[in-house]
Amino acid sequence: MSSPEYCLSGHPTLPCNVLKFKSTTIMLDCGLDMTSTLNFLPLPLVQSPRLSNLPGWSLKDGNAFLDKTELIDLSTVDVILISNYHCMMALPYITEHTGFSGTVYATEPTVQIGRLLMEELVNFIERVPKAQSASLWKNKDIQRLLPSPLKDAVEVSTWRRCYTMQEVNSALSKIQLVGYSQKIELFGAVQVTPLSSGYALGSSNWIIQSHYEKVSYVSGSSLLTTHPQPMDQASLKNSDVLILTGLTQIPTANPDGMVGEFCSNLALTVRNGGNVLVPCYPSGVIYDLLECLYQYIDSAGLSNIPFYFISPVANSSLEFSQIFAEWLCHNKQTKVYLPEPPFPHAELIQTNKLKHYPSLHGDFSSDFRQPCVVFTGHPSLRFGDVVHFMELWGKSSLNTVIFTEPDFSYLEALAPYQPLAMKCIYCPIDTRLNFIQVSKLLKEVQPLHVVCPEQYTQPPPAQSHRMDLMIDCQPPAMSYRRAEVLALPFKRRYEKIEIMPELADALVPMEIKPGISLATVSAVLHTKDNKHVLQPPPRPAQPTGGKKRKRASEDIPDCKVLKPLLSGSIPVEQFVQTLEKHGFSDIKVEDTAKGHIVLLQEAETLIQIEEDSTHIICDNDEMLRVRLRDLVLKFLQKF
Amino acid sequence: MDPECSQLLPALCAVLADPRQPMADDTCLEKLLDWFKTITEAGSSLLLLQGNPCLVELLCHMLKPQDLSSRVLAFSLRLAGVLAAQEDCFQYLQQGELLPKLFGEAGPLGGAAWTSPTVRSGWIQGLRSLAQHPSALHFLADCGAVDTIFSLQEDSSLFVASAAGQLLVHILGLSMPGPAGGPPSLQAGDWPACAQKIVGHIEESLRATATPQITQALNVLTTTFGHCHDPWTQVLWVRLSPLVAGLLEKDPVPAAHSLVDLLLSVARPQALRAQAFAVLLQPLACVLKATAQDPGPSGVLDGIVGDSMTADMLLPSKAACVGLLCRTLAHLELLLPLPQRPCPWPQAPLLGAAVTLLQLCGGSARPTSDAGRHLCGLLLGCVRVQRAALDFLGTLSEGTGPRELVTQVFAVLLEYLRSPDSSPTVLKKAFQATFRWLLSSPKTPGCWDLDPHALLFLRDLLPVLQKRLCSPCWEVRDSGLEFLTQMTRHWGGQAGFRHALLASEVPKLTEQLLRDPESYVRASAVTAMGQLSSQGLCVPAAGPEHPGGQQKSLLAELLHILSTDSEGFPRRAVMQVFTQWLRDSHADVAGDTEQFVAGVLQVASQDLDWEVRAQGLELALVFLEQTLGQPRSHCPCAVTPAVAAPVGPLAQALQPLCRVRLFEFAFRALFDCDRPVAQKSCDLLLFLRAKTASSGSLQESRSSPHVASVEAALQRWQAGDQAQPLGDLEPEVVLAVLRSLDLEGLQGALAESSDHVEKSPQSLLQDMLATVGVLGGNEADCY
Repeated sequence: MSSPEYCLSGHPTLPCNVLKFKSTTIMLDCGLDMTSTLNFLPLPLVQSPRLSNLPGWSLKDGNAFLDKTELIDLSTVDVILISNYHCMMALPYITEHTGFSGTVYATEPTVQIGRLLMEELVNFIERVPKAQSASLWKNKDIQRLLPSPLKDAVEVSTWRRCYTMQEVNSALSKIQLVGYSQKIELFGAVQVTPLSSGYALGSSNWIIQSHYEKVSYVSGSSLLTTHPQPMDQASLKNSDVLILTGLTQIPTANPDGMVGEFCSNLALTVRNGGNVLVPCYPSGVIYDLLECLYQYIDSAGLSNIPFYFISPVANSSLEFSQIFAEWLCHNKQTKVYLPEPPFPHAELIQTNKLKHYPSLHGDFSSDFRQPCVVFTGHPSLRFGDVVHFMELWGKSSLNTVIFTEPDFSYLEALAPYQPLAMKCIYCPIDTRLNFIQVSKLLKEVQPLHVVCPEQYTQPPPAQSHRMDLMIDCQPPAMSYRRAEVLALPFKRRYEKIEIMPELADALVPMEIKPGISLATVSAVLHTKDNKHVLQPPPRPAQPTGGKKRKRASEDIPDCKVLKPLLSGSIPVEQFVQTLEKHGFSDIKVEDTAKGHIVLLQEAETLIQIEEDSTHIICDNDEMLRVRLRDLVLKFLQKF
Repeated sequence: MDPECSQLLPALCAVLADPRQPMADDTCLEKLLDWFKTITEAGSSLLLLQGNPCLVELLCHMLKPQDLSSRVLAFSLRLAGVLAAQEDCFQYLQQGELLPKLFGEAGPLGGAAWTSPTVRSGWIQGLRSLAQHPSALHFLADCGAVDTIFSLQEDSSLFVASAAGQLLVHILGLSMPGPAGGPPSLQAGDWPACAQKIVGHIEESLRATATPQITQALNVLTTTFGHCHDPWTQVLWVRLSPLVAGLLEKDPVPAAHSLVDLLLSVARPQALRAQAFAVLLQPLACVLKATAQDPGPSGVLDGIVGDSMTADMLLPSKAACVGLLCRTLAHLELLLPLPQRPCPWPQAPLLGAAVTLLQLCGGSARPTSDAGRHLCGLLLGCVRVQRAALDFLGTLSEGTGPRELVTQVFAVLLEYLRSPDSSPTVLKKAFQATFRWLLSSPKTPGCWDLDPHALLFLRDLLPVLQKRLCSPCWEVRDSGLEFLTQMTRHWGGQAGFRHALLASEVPKLTEQLLRDPESYVRASAVTAMGQLSSQGLCVPAAGPEHPGGQQKSLLAELLHILSTDSEGFPRRAVMQVFTQWLRDSHADVAGDTEQFVAGVLQVASQDLDWEVRAQGLELALVFLEQTLGQPRSHCPCAVTPAVAAPVGPLAQALQPLCRVRLFEFAFRALFDCDRPVAQKSCDLLLFLRAKTASSGSLQESRSSPHVASVEAALQRWQAGDQAQPLGDLEPEVVLAVLRSLDLEGLQGALAESSDHVEKSPQSLLQDMLATVGVLGGNEADCY
């Protein structure tokens, strides 16, 4: 039986793979690649004459984008394992429209924060309803006429509209919550276990194992000390296969340096009287940024500068982060017992330095004071409140937009806002593993095989001389690309079989070597739910009637007395001596590839001795054969 | 030796020779030995021994079989060595066959005591001291000590093994002819026996297969070439270099690091320059070759790296590569300013190599070859190499380079200053190197301003500096400010620089950093603001209606820091800025100098930090000099009689000093609990007294009751009660008090270190005897 892995996503940090393992179909993550949003114009909260009058462009509605192929029938997926909240954004598309009837496993913070991200996305799209919807352009013939990169976009026909809140709720209801190190049995054949991956609140790596095979799925992990629980590396040891996805998207940017850069540029702008705009997701790195700023603002003389966090889910995100104590790093966990809020943003809120609003309408417009720092979404700059701030602040060179999320190309994100006077700073903060950390991790956990996206097996195209920016391991990593099926390199040798106690009782082991005993067993192999049990054979039925007896003999295995089993090897020299002792002469021994041939020339007889068989070939002389057989048997043990 | 010590010495020797009296503290023995060294360096050892027979008795006592402590035994061996360093004393000790017994087979060498590393070390150190004259060489040859030293090179104790190597170097140097000894011979047969033996041993070790043996030989050679540049070392190198070259051809190269050390040390002696310099340049030539660059027109780096010498071979692993490059850069940096540096100096290729290294470390290099990519992988983000290369690059600024290479230098410096990944220490070095390169940029004749290229660079640099001044890392803010201060000091008066600086946010940000939470940054901001203000580069006041408003507020702000800052560094910095302002007659100070000085001295006198108070005295001295109309002599401590009489009557001249309460400040400082403050005040008052001595215009008022009350107050101050102020002082009273004070005596007392009593040898001997109870009344307690 092979274990194929189907790759459904071309984006290594937003993976979607399907693993067929022990007759179980497991989907690993379902990330939503939203980079294609960059092909669309921003959705302004307030109708923007500038955007709607751009020549050659027409305002499109909020399409969302499902980048999947028809490689596999999604209704056959048994379970979906989610590794972190960024990697579940496509969940409604899979659970709601494909006939999916399985279970989704994820940790509680993943589900809660994932819900927030989805809610924000839906909210951003739905609050600017479009009067018309265009879809004609998806026609391949028309698409060809569009400017690049639209005309080069693959499978535009599969791009979908954004899901609704109803679909989100329905999808989330199919999730079963799990905790770190919890063992979950799937159909008796496979056990899956989430492990802390150190990247985000509740983020997990997964162990998928049977009795004799172990697959580790490492997706979005971090070895840096940020807010989540540290990564559990020890449990990844002894893997046959380690699937490695979700490495840092910016391997050349060191997060520490970037945070420093972020703070410096923020302070510089604000001190000069400018405003700072930080396009971001409502959860994740923002917690760490707020923590850094908490330590930094007093020293930088920014105590009087207001920080605004605007998102439909801002409040929930800030509050959720404080209640998931058990999922936090040790330092933050201990704070809870003091008791203090684990994140210092609580204090920023208390002291009114950080204020949060669901949207820029309402309270915000009356509180709004400049210069200020605004954290808001969406990082693509295509929808959400950020669109408004780009329009508002873009004209002044005093202001700065600082990109911290690595998911989108900042140059493409800025394209529709050009010409732009405001300063743009790119400080991508990606705490996921870099290649140096990967090579340390692989040395530590030593998997037999590494499987990873193709992108990780060569240096980035723009930096082809950087041989350090690729996975370097032995044996070389097996790579996959989008829409590819890969057979995982398992050496399957054993299955675990249970023996029923009464059958075990009846066994009579015989020691054939010190410490090794053998016993023959006659039993019925019973296989159900991928579990194998040896049961005692039914007693031979009493011969009650002709017809019945016949059926019984069909059902019951033939329990006739078996010939004894033989073991041991035949020492050729001694065997020849024995033959000579028994009157055979003119004996010749020939070495063969597998053993020896003993030639009894006079008797025109051949004895072929090999490791696992011995053949006596003589010309129709049964007496001679039996004699020779008995001589052979003298050298072997019977039981 | 003074008689008191001579009296104590026999008792001490008896204690040392007595195994029942353990010497618990062996630092005493070290001090004792140091004392003997001082005595023998100053006078005759022979006289010492003859005057103190107990010393010879002590040494003889060591020869008796007994259970002596290894410390005392080691001490005695070292003492014997120290004494025998003088040839006549050596002969004296030889008469009694004492030295062969101590250092030969009959001594501890064959006994159980030899198992103690202390004794082995004492034996080596004793011989090291002893080996100073030709007689000692014969002695070493006769007693077979050299073979023992060879075996001690492999000693289990690293200290012993290393000392054995050093001793071999010393003996070799001693046995070879000195620089005046005529041209050395290449024929080994002509060399002294001792030298032949040692060189033979080194040759044998270099041919050995065991790496430790090779390492020992290489270390001995490295020390030899590092310490001695006599002609014979060149002969030695000529003789041994084929063997060393043979090591280089082995694969893998054995003892690679020791080998590199040797090659680098050979590079120093002038005579071996050309050959060894090539070795020193090899790693950098490898770097240039790996990145496929032209080794430069001078051709000095050309051909150094043959086909066999590839980057892979010389720079195989990260540790080896980093270590080798750092050492090479450090050696070249030391070599550069030396007059005997190789000529022609390959300035351009070295500049190219430094820039390339920085690019490789920073990730901006784009190597096309496999070797280059390999090197890039090894060096990427390596802070050690970055630091060493930046230091080296800074040193190279003293030479010139082709225009396009200098452009590359500035580009790579800017890259480092910009990069978010530059560590704080690397950034600091980048700032330093940048400053040095700006200093060396070509100057237009008759104009001290930066050249147009440098000004263009400055335009790119200032935004980076702005960002660095906002860094969350305080070390970065600090080095940014230091850099700004340096630049302002040099170009603050130049139009181009002023224009660029004033157009930036830098002055404003600097002003904000006066309130930084980190005290070092505040201190640097104070210095920078002081400098900016001196050059009139502070941000102009908000409105035209407040001309100079900002400047005033800076003075107030600095005074505020001086009186309220909880850390010493910013307060010290303020005092330095104020002193400089006073010296330069800064506009704010010149307005009302007396009020300024009075205010500063009042705050400084109450400061808990002695450096602030000492700096207050410096400011007082500047004021004093300005008031008395005498340009400051270079060193105020050198009290010279005043050449010119003060302008106007002395009393009038002293009035301003009285008004700013300078004397109260100085007198208070005279009895300061911190010695440097008291010393400085003493110097200041002596200076003043000398200046006023020649002037007889003042009436002596020694007997006035006011003088008596001031003297009484000063006595209380000296006793530690400084609560009572002196009140208003008249110049006459000041002068009377000044004359009545024993300032010279005070200066002498202050010059002695506080532990001068405890450090005397007599005290040492007494302490040692007291610990074992020979001295004092402890014996009375015993039954």
